[in-house]
Amino acid sequence: MRHLRWLAVLPFLGMLVGPYFLNRVEPFILGLPFLLAWLVFCVLATSAIMALIYITDPQNRAPEEGR
Amino acid sequence: MSAALLIVAAAFAVALGLGLRARAGRDMGLEQWTVGGRGFGTAFVFLLMAGEIYTTFTFLGGSGIAYGKGAPAYYILCYITLGYVTSYWLLPPVWRFAKERRLFTQPDFFAAKYESPALGMLVALVGLVALVPYMVLQFKGLGIIVSTASYGAISPTVAVWIGAAAVTAYVVVSGVHGSAWNAVLKDISILCVVVFLGIYLPLHYYGGYEAMFQAIEAQKPGFLALPALGQSPTWFASTTLLTALGAFMWPHTFGSLYTAKEPRSFRRNAAILPLYQLINLFVFVVGFAAVLQVPGLTGPDVDLALFKLSLQSFPPWFVGIIGATGVLTALVPGSMILIAGATLLANNIVRPLRPGMDDAATASLAKAFVPVMALVCVGFTLSGGDTIVQLLLMGYNFVTQLFPCFLASLMRRNPLDKRAAAAGIVAGVAMVAATTIGGFSLAHYPQLGPLRDVNIGVLALVLNLVVTALVAKLVQPSERVSRLASR
Repeated sequence: MRHLRWLAVLPFLGMLVGPYFLNRVEPFILGLPFLLAWLVFCVLATSAIMALIYITDPQNRAPEEGR
Repeated sequence: MSAALLIVAAAFAVALGLGLRARAGRDMGLEQWTVGGRGFGTAFVFLLMAGEIYTTFTFLGGSGIAYGKGAPAYYILCYITLGYVTSYWLLPPVWRFAKERRLFTQPDFFAAKYESPALGMLVALVGLVALVPYMVLQFKGLGIIVSTASYGAISPTVAVWIGAAAVTAYVVVSGVHGSAWNAVLKDISILCVVVFLGIYLPLHYYGGYEAMFQAIEAQKPGFLALPALGQSPTWFASTTLLTALGAFMWPHTFGSLYTAKEPRSFRRNAAILPLYQLINLFVFVVGFAAVLQVPGLTGPDVDLALFKLSLQSFPPWFVGIIGATGVLTALVPGSMILIAGATLLANNIVRPLRPGMDDAATASLAKAFVPVMALVCVGFTLSGGDTIVQLLLMGYNFVTQLFPCFLASLMRRNPLDKRAAAAGIVAGVAMVAATTIGGFSLAHYPQLGPLRDVNIGVLALVLNLVVTALVAKLVQPSERVSRLASR
């Protein structure tokens, strides 16, 4: 499952490249201006992606790592 | 004595009491004092790392940027998140190396990786130059918060002195243990206050989020999206990336990672902290709510947006609670900055010059430097001046210059040696200083097209990389020759 870590590229794409294409105020999403809503979505997705990476990373299952 | 003043005074007392008690009978040697004996669990590490997010800068500055500039404020949400993504892979190897070598500070890491105490000194100097204005910013914020929340009963000057005395006392006694316990208190209170303000204010003044944003869009079209020129998407992307790379290059943040008991804390936090920092969204909302309610703040006054709106919306006791929270947002990062700065001075600047100095002597010296550093920062805070503002602008770009040789040092075979690393840092830092002091901006060159909005820090980072690569190239052949000759 090591290839899953490449998902970590997505937050960078979403936040650094996304604003070039999604730099708009309207439509409002859940009451937020469009660009802000997109970035908030990116943050939520980042959290989910990092959780997925954490769960599938064999390093985190080894007991008493690094001691 | 008003209710607000009582509550703010109580915050000072509680912070001081909690900070002093945190020592809990421990013997404060260098390892306990600066890195908590490397025994902090996930929760404390989480709070110390999150301490970076909720400083007075976020509390006042975050709402201030949203109020004054609008959409460019969103970059705060993004750079912190991206910083945490990189932390998943960058921090565990640093932690392992630091534990093996018993490192205390960020410069220790560079000195050990490059086998050069001199490089450690250079990194320590860069760190100190960046830290002092950061501390001054916390004190300035503290002064504003206390004088506003006490309805002028305590002047900013008195507030700064009280704050400096309290933080110095508990830092000397409890070290990073004091920061950790106060971080618990700070994060609980800021969470409650900011979420409440971010939900209540739009509802109260506009009837809801969408209604509020629509009213702003009607009054100031485009304020809620990035402008086509200036703080454009190019500015946004370059600034977000630069700040994300610099996020863990601050000496106090770097130092706080040594406090962890096990590296899994960092990986777990990489998933949770992005979610946690989403509270900044509510900070922005407060700033946006103020746009139409307390219009007319300009220049440095935009940082008062949150308080001006609170003063006209709430009774004194609640303003007191906001003020108390503000006090904590200044004291916690302030204490971490003082610990990092004092240890840097003692361990990485004085110690290499005095061979034979042991850990105990270094710890005593570091504790002696705490009040000195606090006094210097109070001095800068009260004398004001433009220099400090410029230094602050430079701070983030300064620490980002450490990133290339930091990254290289984590590679299995480091392609750089100490000379290349030092040359790159010096070139990058000089470029940042020259462009900031000279007021140089790419915006003067329209022929660059969209590139003119690139954050000037990128230019320094590129120069840093070029110089590093050049020196690495120049140094390598001669080494090969000398190695051949010694056979």
